[in-house]
Amino acid sequence: MSEAKQFKYIGTRSIRPDGFDKVTGRANYGADMSLPGMIWGRTLRSPHAHAKIKSIDTSAAEALDGVFAIASHADLPAVANISIEAGEGSSNLVDLGQNVFAKDKVLYHGHAILAVAARTEAIADQAIDLIKIEYEVLTPVMDILDAMAKGAPILHDNMFTEGLAEKPTTASNVATRHEFKLGDVEAGFAAADVIVERDFYTPTVHQGYIEPHACLGRYDENGQSMIFCCTQGHFDVRASTAALLKMNLSQLKVIASEIGGGFGGKTTVYQEPVSLILSKKSGRPVKMVMERDEVFKASGPGSASRLWVKVGAKNDGTITAMQGRFHYEAGAFKGSPVMMGCMTAFTPYNLENVHVEGFDVVVNKPKVAAYRAPGAPQAEFAAEMVVNEIAEKIGMDPIELRLKNAAAEGTQTIYGPKLKRVGLVECLEAVRDSEHYKSALKENQGRGVAAGFWFNVGGQSSVNLNMNPDGTGTIVEGSPDIGGSRASMQLMAAEEMQMPAENFKPIIADTENVAFSAGTGGSRTTFATGMAVIEAAQDVIRQMKERAAAVWNVTAEQVEWSEGVAINTAGEDRLTAKQICKGADRTGGQISGRGNINARGAGPSFAVHLCDVEVDKETGKVDVIRYTAAQDAGKAIHPSYVEGQLQGGAVQGIGWALNEEYVYSKEGLLENAGFLDYRIPLASDLPMIDAIIVEVPNAFHPYGVRGVGESGIIPPLAAVGSAVSHAIGIPVTELPCSPPRVLKLVQDNA
Amino acid sequence: MAKVHVSSTVNGEVMEFLCEPQETLLDVLRNQLNMTGTKEGCGSGDCGACSVTVNGALVCSCLVLGVEAEGAEIGTVEGVSNKDQLHVIQQKFLEHAALQCGICTPGLVVSTQALLKTNPKPTEEEARYYLAGNLCRCTGYDKIIRAVMDSAETLRGDA
Repeated sequence: MSEAKQFKYIGTRSIRPDGFDKVTGRANYGADMSLPGMIWGRTLRSPHAHAKIKSIDTSAAEALDGVFAIASHADLPAVANISIEAGEGSSNLVDLGQNVFAKDKVLYHGHAILAVAARTEAIADQAIDLIKIEYEVLTPVMDILDAMAKGAPILHDNMFTEGLAEKPTTASNVATRHEFKLGDVEAGFAAADVIVERDFYTPTVHQGYIEPHACLGRYDENGQSMIFCCTQGHFDVRASTAALLKMNLSQLKVIASEIGGGFGGKTTVYQEPVSLILSKKSGRPVKMVMERDEVFKASGPGSASRLWVKVGAKNDGTITAMQGRFHYEAGAFKGSPVMMGCMTAFTPYNLENVHVEGFDVVVNKPKVAAYRAPGAPQAEFAAEMVVNEIAEKIGMDPIELRLKNAAAEGTQTIYGPKLKRVGLVECLEAVRDSEHYKSALKENQGRGVAAGFWFNVGGQSSVNLNMNPDGTGTIVEGSPDIGGSRASMQLMAAEEMQMPAENFKPIIADTENVAFSAGTGGSRTTFATGMAVIEAAQDVIRQMKERAAAVWNVTAEQVEWSEGVAINTAGEDRLTAKQICKGADRTGGQISGRGNINARGAGPSFAVHLCDVEVDKETGKVDVIRYTAAQDAGKAIHPSYVEGQLQGGAVQGIGWALNEEYVYSKEGLLENAGFLDYRIPLASDLPMIDAIIVEVPNAFHPYGVRGVGESGIIPPLAAVGSAVSHAIGIPVTELPCSPPRVLKLVQDNA
Repeated sequence: MAKVHVSSTVNGEVMEFLCEPQETLLDVLRNQLNMTGTKEGCGSGDCGACSVTVNGALVCSCLVLGVEAEGAEIGTVEGVSNKDQLHVIQQKFLEHAALQCGICTPGLVVSTQALLKTNPKPTEEEARYYLAGNLCRCTGYDKIIRAVMDSAETLRGDA
């Protein structure tokens, strides 16, 4: 796309089509559906972080009135030791089964062991209390350093580190080593005038969606089984559940409910296969809703990490080398996003010499799940903190330093391709030129700036645009709407068809009513599903032209489509979309457009954030007092929801930087499994978040779209961290910057 | 345990139900009266997704027992709009794109209504503190606060 295109519908701030239902309470989320005869399932979870299961006695529970069924790992068929594509990335099927139900060892506090289905939740809970389990408690491994120490307890006897030069002979808690290299870092450091290297730590965090995982399963021996659940990808729930239960895909329908937040955490399965097993055993539909503590204890946190970064630069600001070594916790089963951390850490910079190593480490914590730009916030935190320190050392403005080294079109990435046209420079300039950047700071205040890079993904999306006899259309898509994407789909159909947005109603179809669509993740929905909508609309227009041509006895090429009207270029004839649809029965049947695509060319979205904090040096409390987030959207389809992504990502990152962390006891028990103690940002914690939408079009999308969902969570960690460092004059190396940590920093350096 | 017979007024309509003594008002609303507009996010009074009013007071319905609803006037999100006519607060939430996933929205709509009843002209800071008990993980609160301030202005007739 070269010149700026004029748009009529996209770029407007329309009212979202699902809005009415969501402000009135009518919208059905995961826990809102019930069926006749339905019973309730509850889960018995491990009270230990690491233990062998010696024996289980369920006799008293089975005898309890109102109990219908009990399920455990024994009810899962043996599955192959293979990876399946589901959610954001792949997971090992055996591991997935052992996360759904522990086999003979529990690997984290809250690990599911059994589930009970009963007439009420209260009876199910009572039954769980009656189940007797004997454990042999093992020493828990709660930190990367402990996990890698000589003689550390080994979580999986069959896990040998992959990615080493020589195949190891002993089992390890390190699942995989990754390495990426460009140029020669030693030569780069030798050419540097100044070098900064530091170690960093980031804690285990949770996505913190407000809606707990919930599902309703109904097994049907005739191949009509159904799961209604909140998920970012109902096709992924179908794939994982069918693989675990050895069903064929057509035997299971998954209906995506409205989803109350996910941020990557609702891309895998926990209770979904269990509800079907309990349903099969009881002959009843089974509903399962996690309680909040279960969400924290047993659903996907984001990786804690230990990070080391070294950066060399010349006095004029030219960065000569960047090096990183990143260790990420995977939780109980391998598969942290450390590779993504390696790939993203230094990508905001145009570098000749880079070297990154990454290690995926298992510990006795819940298996991590994707969390908004999975893997990027941790590694980029370390990189951006050190870059800011370099800027300070050489006395250069941190934005000028970044502009001097900024990745741009043609920059060689460490992971393979060269970047296409990207908007990092424009984001940096937007922040530099903001009134915020020019404003003065007061006493005890500090300022931090940081950049963020995320790839964004495309992938498969399927859309049918079914035209109705009155000329309106139903957009049948398969991407759960987690943040207003229906509004974007509606606007893109309107733009393509040149008809008002209200004419189009987007619906999220179940797995039987639309072809496979990858889940809502990787900032892909507005980009990829949007492309499918555009293609389906073009298909409709093509058919409309054919129908009009047939009526006028001209060729389809002689028909033009303008403002929702077919025009005969060989005469004066006009037919509106409504007229064509109304008469479709006489021209060959109803009109339906199809857009089943595998979208390529997702454009990366860069973000640059600016944060001012005020630190109370007597208590260590940090307040964010002003915040600006700039990000490249390519083209903002619905600017309000793009701003919302920028603001929401920024605040989630602020929470990560300031307060959020899993707190474990010595025994490996999670001590803050609730919103009171795992403190996500409140309205009263924050100022307004200024959002600056930068639009550098992505050449691979018809309207220039880049996904915007994820990049915004990356810069806050270092923007806040550097602002705190600036305010107290001491480098921050550990997150979160909670009052006790900041107070200790201040006191230790007094 | 024997169930307790309770009669109360929900959104102006007299309703009767049987509930277990330990059952929360939230569970009664959702599971007995099929009013699922009120959401459960935590069950411990920390997130505000289940906000309702009991005799005009804003409460977390997960912290109120069903039996406490005896003789009380309960207000839920289902009672905020007048059939198909959205309340100003609901309309402003839509206009300002103050929801993304929408799970916190029913609670926020109910809390905002309670705020503006007690304080029709809140400062931004007052609005932020009044709504501090309603967690939203998607929006960063910016657009919510704008919707609340705009609602206040419109309801006062200053606009």
